[in-house]
Amino acid sequence: MVRYVDQHVQAELQALSTDILQAAKQLGATQAEVELSHASGFDVTVRLGKVETVEHSRDKGIGIDVYFNQRKGSASSTDTSKESIAKTLQAACDIAKSTSEDKCAGLADPEFMAQDYPDLDLYHPWDTTPNDAIELATNCEAQALEFDKRIVNSEGATVSSHVGYFVYANSHGFMGDCATSRHSFSCCMIAQDDGNMQRDYDFTVARDPQDLLTAKIVAQKAAERTLKRLGGKRIKTCHAPVIFAADIANGLLSRFIAAISGGNLYHKASFLVDHLDKQVFPDFITISEQPYLKKALGSAAFDAEGVKTNAHDLVTDGILRSYVLDSYSARRLGMKTTGNAGGIHNLRINTGDLNFAELIKKMHKGLVVTELMGHGVNIITGNYSQGASGFWVENGEIVHPVEEVTIAGNLRDMFRQLVAVGNDVDYRSNICSGSILLEQMTIAGE
Amino acid sequence: MKNTLVIAKKTLLESAGISEQDLQTVLGQILGHKIDNADLYFQSCWHEAWVLEDGKVKDGSYDIDRGVGVRAISGEKTGFAYSDDILLPALTDAANAARSIAVSGGEGRLQTRSIPAIKELYAPLNPLDSMSKQAKIALLERIDKEARAQDPRVSQVIASLSGVYEVVLIMASDGALGADIRPLVRLNVNVIAEQDGHREQGYTGGGARTDYRFFDDAKVTHYVQQAVRQALVNLDAKPAPAGVMPVVLGPGWPGVLLHEAIGHGLEGDFNRKGSSAFTGRIGERVAAPGCTVVDNGTLPQRRGSLNIDDEGTPTQCTTLIEDGILKNYMQDKLNAHLMGTASTGNGRRESYAHLPLPRMTNTYMLNGPYNPKEIIASVEKGLYAVNFGGGQVDITSGKFVFSASEAYLIENGKITHPVKGATLIGNGPDVLTKVSMIGNDLALDEGVGICGKEGQSVPVGVGQPTLKVDELTVGGTQV
Repeated sequence: MVRYVDQHVQAELQALSTDILQAAKQLGATQAEVELSHASGFDVTVRLGKVETVEHSRDKGIGIDVYFNQRKGSASSTDTSKESIAKTLQAACDIAKSTSEDKCAGLADPEFMAQDYPDLDLYHPWDTTPNDAIELATNCEAQALEFDKRIVNSEGATVSSHVGYFVYANSHGFMGDCATSRHSFSCCMIAQDDGNMQRDYDFTVARDPQDLLTAKIVAQKAAERTLKRLGGKRIKTCHAPVIFAADIANGLLSRFIAAISGGNLYHKASFLVDHLDKQVFPDFITISEQPYLKKALGSAAFDAEGVKTNAHDLVTDGILRSYVLDSYSARRLGMKTTGNAGGIHNLRINTGDLNFAELIKKMHKGLVVTELMGHGVNIITGNYSQGASGFWVENGEIVHPVEEVTIAGNLRDMFRQLVAVGNDVDYRSNICSGSILLEQMTIAGE
Repeated sequence: MKNTLVIAKKTLLESAGISEQDLQTVLGQILGHKIDNADLYFQSCWHEAWVLEDGKVKDGSYDIDRGVGVRAISGEKTGFAYSDDILLPALTDAANAARSIAVSGGEGRLQTRSIPAIKELYAPLNPLDSMSKQAKIALLERIDKEARAQDPRVSQVIASLSGVYEVVLIMASDGALGADIRPLVRLNVNVIAEQDGHREQGYTGGGARTDYRFFDDAKVTHYVQQAVRQALVNLDAKPAPAGVMPVVLGPGWPGVLLHEAIGHGLEGDFNRKGSSAFTGRIGERVAAPGCTVVDNGTLPQRRGSLNIDDEGTPTQCTTLIEDGILKNYMQDKLNAHLMGTASTGNGRRESYAHLPLPRMTNTYMLNGPYNPKEIIASVEKGLYAVNFGGGQVDITSGKFVFSASEAYLIENGKITHPVKGATLIGNGPDVLTKVSMIGNDLALDEGVGICGKEGQSVPVGVGQPTLKVDELTVGGTQV
């Protein structure tokens, strides 16, 4: 078991979880589960060399679900005093007495509990103070400001360091806990040229502060990204191939996850309803979930119901092999939970041999999208329409930045017409991808 | 209002054995440390939600969130800490953390307290107690029955009812002492219709700062009819066009255009930093003659309204654009002070655990002279968009989007057929200069708006009359 920095908190939350489950039983609950959490950290922002904000955070919380046979009630509170916990539990029980019976309701089945689980090396407190962080942010921002005279302003550099600990326990007798840390810093610059003003940023994030990129790299990337946007133009409305740059390509994969998630499937609110064992991507695509990667941002040995997580392929040879289910949606669909209560744990797509520059060459002519805006994605139909900016490519070379255009299509076609995944994988997220080249989308511009 | 302060003190302070004098002492200690200003924000929130699917209410939740945020300001520097225990030792710890930012700065003075005279825009009700559990469940079950009875193609109904009872107390070193009791209710109806294996959804809802009695029979039936109608319209939708064309925006919720295209860009923080496409443009033309846009936090019972903002400043109606000329930014105390102006009552925060920022309240355009039918009749070929999912803006480049969820083609002055949802994109500083006709049918949205900024969500309202924009880019698939 990993020792959380505040061992007193660790012991207290574990004891509380046992007490709460006991109290729920006494109130007549046939099943119950509880999650208790504690988190602390700070964020500092420096702008134009001066401290803008220093924010200290310290959060705790408790969430309780109770079942009276197959009626469910939930309650939560930020107050973990004994008196407040009793009220929270009572509120959950009162709700459960009013809700309708649901034969699929209840804890995950006991045989799926993560009986023993490995340490995934997710807890690395940063031995730093807000003052050290201010120095790092100042240094990072200063390097970005000095990078080019067209960098005229800044939204600032922010350094964050957070640690947390949670215990999940349920009336099957399962108790699991996990300590995690997450540290990051980012730099957001503003460039100006001929009256045109553009903003962009870069960041680094890791469980272990040792794994963060240097201030120099983040500053340089933030400045370069901002400068490259200057002089953006619109393009004529057309059909053309599109590359989703690696740092936004994961957004495409998260739409795919939404479309194969239990809630959307049993509501029949997805364009991938009834697509198990059918071709969804081209046959060279494999997509997998890898929950046990050491230090990774999405790693977890058990899900939000205590179920052992599952290292497996969701897509092999382009064929959909698994949905993403918790125990409720699994029962609704007559299937077994995939250990995804609370979401996916490290999604990865297999990459090809091409780097970003080679992918652009392969596209020859089309749009590289580096930023998306809006809410124009409909998971029920797969219709996709988003605001975009990026770069226009002719003869395999970037010719100018592009802004104020939209890209549109249907996710079903976009997935099928995936041409290549670059090897430039961006690991700064739970869902990771290289840049993705799609055969064709509609671009609306001038 | 005096009564509100009494209730707030009782709810937030007395139960923890904290007196007003204790708060004065804590503020005095923070100021003694080269801090110009400081404030304390106490908050208790009781939230519940009931969700219906498959014709049954199978889950409900009840959440209590309470705590205190402490902010210390020294020049442009802000120190912030919070505690989810409202107890004097925790408050003192947070105060010490917040004031540790000060290494230089002025010597603030504790001002004598002043309680501003405030209108009561909404009653201090607790919505959670306004209806029995059985009645809340019955309301949701009725929605399911009505929706399914409307059309056999309705295949799924998901409805949710939620209510918040929020009590806040703000005390600042500048003398502000304020309290507010903020009820908020919301009802959402999401309908999926299916025909020949093809599915579409319709989504509506409404809400206000009052209790559940707001959802009377007529309103509930209206939401259900709108959601079912929208889902069925979308079943018949053809692919949307792609490219630049005239766009007629319906009244009410399409006012999300104003929120994204100009609203965020006129928030004080971005203009203080010089990062907004509207920076330094007060007094300049940014919209066509006839366009007058306000941010009004004083509309009775509206979702975006507040008696006082989260810094204790009474809300107001701020004219942002008058007859096409940019007049004002929206300010909180910090950014107003740094720009040499006064707060406009737009200092808002998601909770005690977040810092206040300049935020919108209810943002809308005033009426123009045209009958909406005239406006549609004036368009030879274009888009008529009446419902939107949401939007986003890059305040620095000024580019903004908003995504239509219900839209129609206009051909030769007539609405012909529905088209699939599409994102519309434009440039904030010039989109309103392309407004050529303003309707006389100003409406506000039904009360479901949520605005996100720097990771903080707050309830807001939008509105407008029917508007014709001569050129907007429509992100469909048909070239």
